[in-house]
Amino acid sequence: MTSAPQGIIEVKGLVSHYGKRKILKNVDLSVQKGEIRVIMGGSGSGKSTLLNHLLALLKPTSGSIFVDGVDVVNTDRKTLSKLRQKTGVAFQSGALFSSMTVGENIKLPLKRHTRLDDHTIDIMTRLKLELMNLAGFEDLMPSELSGGMLKRAGLARAVIMDPKLLFFDEPSAGLDPVTAVELDELILKLRDAMNMTVVVVTHELESAFKIADKITVLFDGEIAITGTVDEIKNSRDERIQNLINRRPRNETVDAEQYIKRLTTGKN
Amino acid sequence: MVYQQTKHLHYQILKLTGEVDLHNSPQVRKQLLAILKNGSSVLVDFSSLSYIDSSGIATLVEAFNLAKNSKLLLTIVGAVGAPLQVLELTNLNKVFHMVDSLDDIKG
Repeated sequence: MTSAPQGIIEVKGLVSHYGKRKILKNVDLSVQKGEIRVIMGGSGSGKSTLLNHLLALLKPTSGSIFVDGVDVVNTDRKTLSKLRQKTGVAFQSGALFSSMTVGENIKLPLKRHTRLDDHTIDIMTRLKLELMNLAGFEDLMPSELSGGMLKRAGLARAVIMDPKLLFFDEPSAGLDPVTAVELDELILKLRDAMNMTVVVVTHELESAFKIADKITVLFDGEIAITGTVDEIKNSRDERIQNLINRRPRNETVDAEQYIKRLTTGKN
Repeated sequence: MVYQQTKHLHYQILKLTGEVDLHNSPQVRKQLLAILKNGSSVLVDFSSLSYIDSSGIATLVEAFNLAKNSKLLLTIVGAVGAPLQVLELTNLNKVFHMVDSLDDIKG
């Protein structure tokens, strides 16, 4: 039996496929308690797949994933459910239930998993709405909110149980610059006040540099580098510099493979 | 979390020790509301508190409101570290009556 390693997240040798396509190739990841880790990479780099593995939503081809000491690949459903109560997830779109009000959506985890008094639950919900600048929106339906508001409402629901671990998929995408900066500030404050560990998946450089303790950059399913903001900025890896300076990739073309892909649809 | 109830001048003191979270905040709520419903002002001693979650904060909000409506006082004593940061995060440090120590309480 493998003993649980010490980081709150420990991934070793993670390999993942969608069908025959290899998405993650031997990924190692170690996140410490209280850390804000940003996972960066372009579209198709495998960062969302990695997130889905950390959430135990996908089964890897091989490798191990420990989250808060739980072997999420091999554990039973009950242990996974307990772990999920200590974990908050804010999805890109907010992922609210359209048939419930914003307030009902946010308090749902408390209603389901705790025996707190309704007064306490109502105040907790409003505290989180205040924190997300959504005071007074409690009784609206999700369809009545803007994209940025939906995202903040999703974050309110993700942190309603004060999770030890918060996963945040693309926090700044689709937000105006002021709201994006406010959201970054909020992530920093949540970490400090609640001692949360936060894993943010993003391709927004500015946001990553502002909030990250460490950044992990993925390219084509492999980890190119894990380092502090300064280490990333000073990396000599051309791909990292292209990402930082927003230069398009100058890929070498394997003519034979290319023609094969175009004519047969296979790699 | 353990709590201890004592008296200081005409206040009841509720001293919270350790962590207040989803599992034990209902106990704190029961205790706080009972003190206030008995007509006594209350000092909530945070000096040995290492962590308080949103359910604990929500409990304080409810109790503070009850105290206000009953013309009683709810004062937080000695908040430092993470509990103070949570109060600041929610801006409740600007709402609650807060003092550094019991010495600041006058009869």
